[in-house]
Order: sequence, then structure tokens, then C-alpha cells
Amino acid sequence: MIGILKLGYKLLVNDKAKFLALLVGTAFAVFLMVQMTSIFAGVLQKSSSTVINIGAKIWVMDPGVQTPVYSIPLPDYVLDGVRSIEGVKYAVPLYSGGALVKLQSGVYQSVTVIGLDDASLFGRPEVFEGQIEDIYGENAFVVVHDQEFQKLENPKIGTTFELNDHRGVIVGIAKVTISGLFGIPTLYTTYNRAIQYIPSTRYTISYILVEPKSKNDTAHIKEEVERMGYEALTADEFMKKITRFYIFQTGIGTNILIMTVISFLVGLSISAQTFYTFILENLEKFGALKAIGIKGRELIYVILFQTTFASLTGYGLGVGLSSLLITIAMLRVPNYTAKINYLNLGLGFIMVLIIAGISSYIGIRKVIKIEPFDIFRG
Amino acid sequence: MANLAVRASELVKWFGEGEARTYAVRKVSFEANFGEMLYIVGPSGSGKTTLLSVISGILRPNSGTVRVEDKEIWSLTDDEIADFRLNTVGFVFQDFHLFPRLTTAENVAIPLILKRRNWNESIKEAMEYLEIVGLKERAHLPPVKLSTGEQQRVAIARAIVSHPDLLILDEPTASLDGDTGRRILDFVKKNILNENRCIIIVTHDSRIFEYSDRMMKMEDGKITEVLKGDLNEK
Repeated sequence: MIGILKLGYKLLVNDKAKFLALLVGTAFAVFLMVQMTSIFAGVLQKSSSTVINIGAKIWVMDPGVQTPVYSIPLPDYVLDGVRSIEGVKYAVPLYSGGALVKLQSGVYQSVTVIGLDDASLFGRPEVFEGQIEDIYGENAFVVVHDQEFQKLENPKIGTTFELNDHRGVIVGIAKVTISGLFGIPTLYTTYNRAIQYIPSTRYTISYILVEPKSKNDTAHIKEEVERMGYEALTADEFMKKITRFYIFQTGIGTNILIMTVISFLVGLSISAQTFYTFILENLEKFGALKAIGIKGRELIYVILFQTTFASLTGYGLGVGLSSLLITIAMLRVPNYTAKINYLNLGLGFIMVLIIAGISSYIGIRKVIKIEPFDIFRG
Repeated sequence: MANLAVRASELVKWFGEGEARTYAVRKVSFEANFGEMLYIVGPSGSGKTTLLSVISGILRPNSGTVRVEDKEIWSLTDDEIADFRLNTVGFVFQDFHLFPRLTTAENVAIPLILKRRNWNESIKEAMEYLEIVGLKERAHLPPVKLSTGEQQRVAIARAIVSHPDLLILDEPTASLDGDTGRRILDFVKKNILNENRCIIIVTHDSRIFEYSDRMMKMEDGKITEVLKGDLNEK
């Protein structure tokens, strides 16, 4: 059987123009599909950056919250209520909000301010310049060194700025796992300083971060928080909620889906049409093979092999091209958001299999019908 | 009886149904023996190619039987008939139907590859047959680089590479000039025909009639005349 498949391989590959067209069609479709879905995956990942960077196991919030950026303040007594739930090891407040800072040059710049629990500094970033303890100092802030860092005019330790008529001073430079989606620099400070500098409704908290005593306590904690009228989500659940929001309520998901489907249809039409032409041009030859003695199922294997080989090669090229472009873009373009993961690779692979399946079906249908007698008759 | 290669009895083949039904073969019976070149001649549309297709296991007759080497071929399953064509019959098509994307050697090796023989062994054996037809030095070329006469010889090499007992040639000189056609037939008679092989040729080219051992004339789907030898010669 290997010899018969090799025959199919040579018939396909030696027809260089058709083979190239098949590869280009499939690779282009895969490239677009992977590119689209990677950008979306990157957006989703960055949209969950606060959840990932803080690293809390359970987040307590108002049920109306859709993304960490737009928090709905909770009354501060909820913190006491959560702390009293059986199975809670500890619970701390977290401030997350936006503010405007006035830089030394006089320029105003939007920032995200994260206020960490004063006692534990739970969710603190990894400080690589300065000390995290310095955050307790007067007017102290730690700045995150990500792609947005230069928007704060590349501050150093000791750099000062104004925030709501308060003086702020950089005491540390930190790094986080993932930077945010909206291209805004991030400042960390203590919870009490955050609510003092950026006043909101009195006695309210953005989020409560909970550490359960054990994993088994999570369900009970969630039930109790729900009974209080609020929502407790594990980090994974919170990220899924954010994902659902971006997919279904922002239009990004729909647009990406439309682009992905269009990419699929472009790839399908190029590949299926090229393969159909290839079959038509070789129809007499397939008929001759039938006359010589190839069996129907062997002919089907040959066509399946040809489409699978062309599709998988095209898939590899498409994924390689997409990876190359994303890598170059990440090196060259600040804030470029894209992430290739198993999901979008799998999605591309499934779509390529569908393209191969439809192309095979069209080819097999034609070839099975050819009668060797037609070859004799000429 | 041991000399009998093909026995066709009362073969009938029609196309279309109702008023559109056309008879291509009408109750044809004949025998062909090993070691002979049997010609079926006649004008276009006389049913020669249809008859050839029926006796070689390509086209199922509406009635009648075909026994090849004493085996009734139309009682076989589709897979068995494919095996029969692969193992027992060698075809030289009118238009050759060589594969332009393969080399000449790969074209000749096709029947061996279909028999699941190792690729390299098949190519090696194909080279031996290309040597027989005098084209070994052109083995690496695609068929489109060969002359029509050379392509014909490649088609013959492909037809005989699997040692078929029955060799079928459909209008073998249709696209050849007179000299080349005669040279090919001379070559076939001297080098390809042997006592264990029967060659049936369909042609209307009178320039090559001289190479036949027996010759039957078909008209309107019937054998109307035996031009050389007897209808059922032993």
C-alpha cells in the first residue's frame, strides 16, 4: 500500500503548479485563522491580566461586575462577613481603579491603580528595583515596567508625580506576568493610600480576595457569599466570565468569528477548487489505473492521502507563517496582543481537516464514477 | 484445450434503454489461443472496442459468458475482476495514457506497484522491460519528452511488465506513421508474443494486417467475416 500512496504522492507533488496552489490556499487560510484567533486569545488573556497578576484563588464581587477594570464597589462590611465564613483562611480587600496622574513634565496620563491590603500586601508584584516594603513609605507607589512604562516618562526610584493633588513618589519598579489590555501604565500602592488618594463612595471595597483553607471549602464559600447577595468566583471562573463578556457583549468575538469563517471559506474555495481541477485533469489517468487493476478503495486511499498531505503541509506552513509574524510583531510593535495556544491551533487543524474532507469528497465522487471503459472508448 | 486462452460465448452488450437502446455487440462467440496474435478489425462503431472491453473484464456484458484460462470472469466480484485485470491482462490503450508527472520507469512500474511490490524493486524490474523495448537510457525522462513511437513502446513495456497472459492492444498504430507502426508490431510479434501469451489487437489499420495469425472482421456488433484462419482455431 505504501507504493500506491507514493504513486499518489508523486502524481500530486510533481504537478508543481497545482500543488503550490493547494499549499498556498491552505496555508493562507490557516494563517488567517490562526492570526485572528491568536489576536483574540491575546486580547482575552490581557483582559484577565489583573486576575492573573494578583493570583488570588477566590474573588468576591458585585454580581454585576463583568471585567476587573470596571469594578462595582462593595460595602466594607462584606469583608467582615466573608472573613466569618467557615473555610476562609483569610480575606483581604483590593482596590482597583483608574486615575489621572500629572507627570513632572506637566503632562496628564491615565493610570490603573491597584491598592494592596496594607497588612499582607497580598497580590504584590515582583519588585526588581527597590524593596516592596518601601510601599509603606510616605506617598509611595511601585510602578510596573511593561510596554506602558515609557508613558510615565520612564520613571526612576524617587521620581515624583501628582495624583488628585497628592504627591506620589516611585519607590520600586516591578514586573508582572501579563500587562493590561488598554495600554495604561499600572501603579501599585497600599489599599488605604489608594482609597485616600482616589476617593470613591465611602466604606466601599473594589474586590475581596479570599484564600480558602482547602480546595473543598470553595463551594461552601461561594454559597455563603451568594447568600449575602454577592458573587464569589474562582480565578478560572472570573476569567471565563471576562471571556464571555468580550465574546458576547463587545462585538469583538462576533467580528473575529466572522473573519475566521471568511478565512475558512477562502481556504476551502481555493483548495477544493484546485483539487477538483487536479482531479479533472487526471481523470483519464485515474480511469487508466482502474483499467489496469487498481481497486476502488485503493483509489479512495490515494485521494485521501493526497488531500491530507496537501492540507497538513499547508497547515504547517500557515502555522509557521503566523508564528513568525506574531514573533516579529511582538519584537517590533509595543502592546501587540496575540497568543497562539492549543485552542486556536486545534481550531485551525479542525478547519483544515474539514477542507481536506470536502476536497476529498469532491475528488472521490468524480473518480469513483469514471469507468475504465471510457478510457478505452477514448 | 490447454492452448485456449479466451472463450467468448453468445456475448451481447447494449447501451441505453427503450427506444434509445443500441446494440454494440450482438451474440458474438469466438476463441483465442495462447501463442497467437488475433486481430479484430472493422470500421469505427462496429463494436470492436466494446468487445475488447467485455473480454478483458472492463465492461460487463448484458448476456453471454467470457472464460479466460477456463475461468468465467463475469461471475467474479468487483475486487476479483480488478485482480484479474491486474494479474492476467495487459493493456495498451489507444492514447497510451502514460502519466506525464511520472518518469518513464515509474510509468512502466505502475502494474507492479499496484500489485503491492516494493517501489525500488518495481522500478528495477521496469528498467529490465525498458531495456527490452530499447528505452532504458530514457527511463528517467517524463513520457512527454519521448516521441510518439517511444511512448507506444513505453505503453507496451507497462502492459507486459506484470507478465500478463492476455495482452490487449487497442488501435496500437492509430497515432503512428506507417513505418513506426510496422516496426512496433514486428517488435511485438518477435519479442512479446510467446507460447504462454495471447495477444488480441483491435485495429482498422490495414498496413499491419500482415502480422496477424488470425483476423476477424466486425460490423454492426457481429463477426461478419474471418479474414485469416478460422473463427475457433485450435
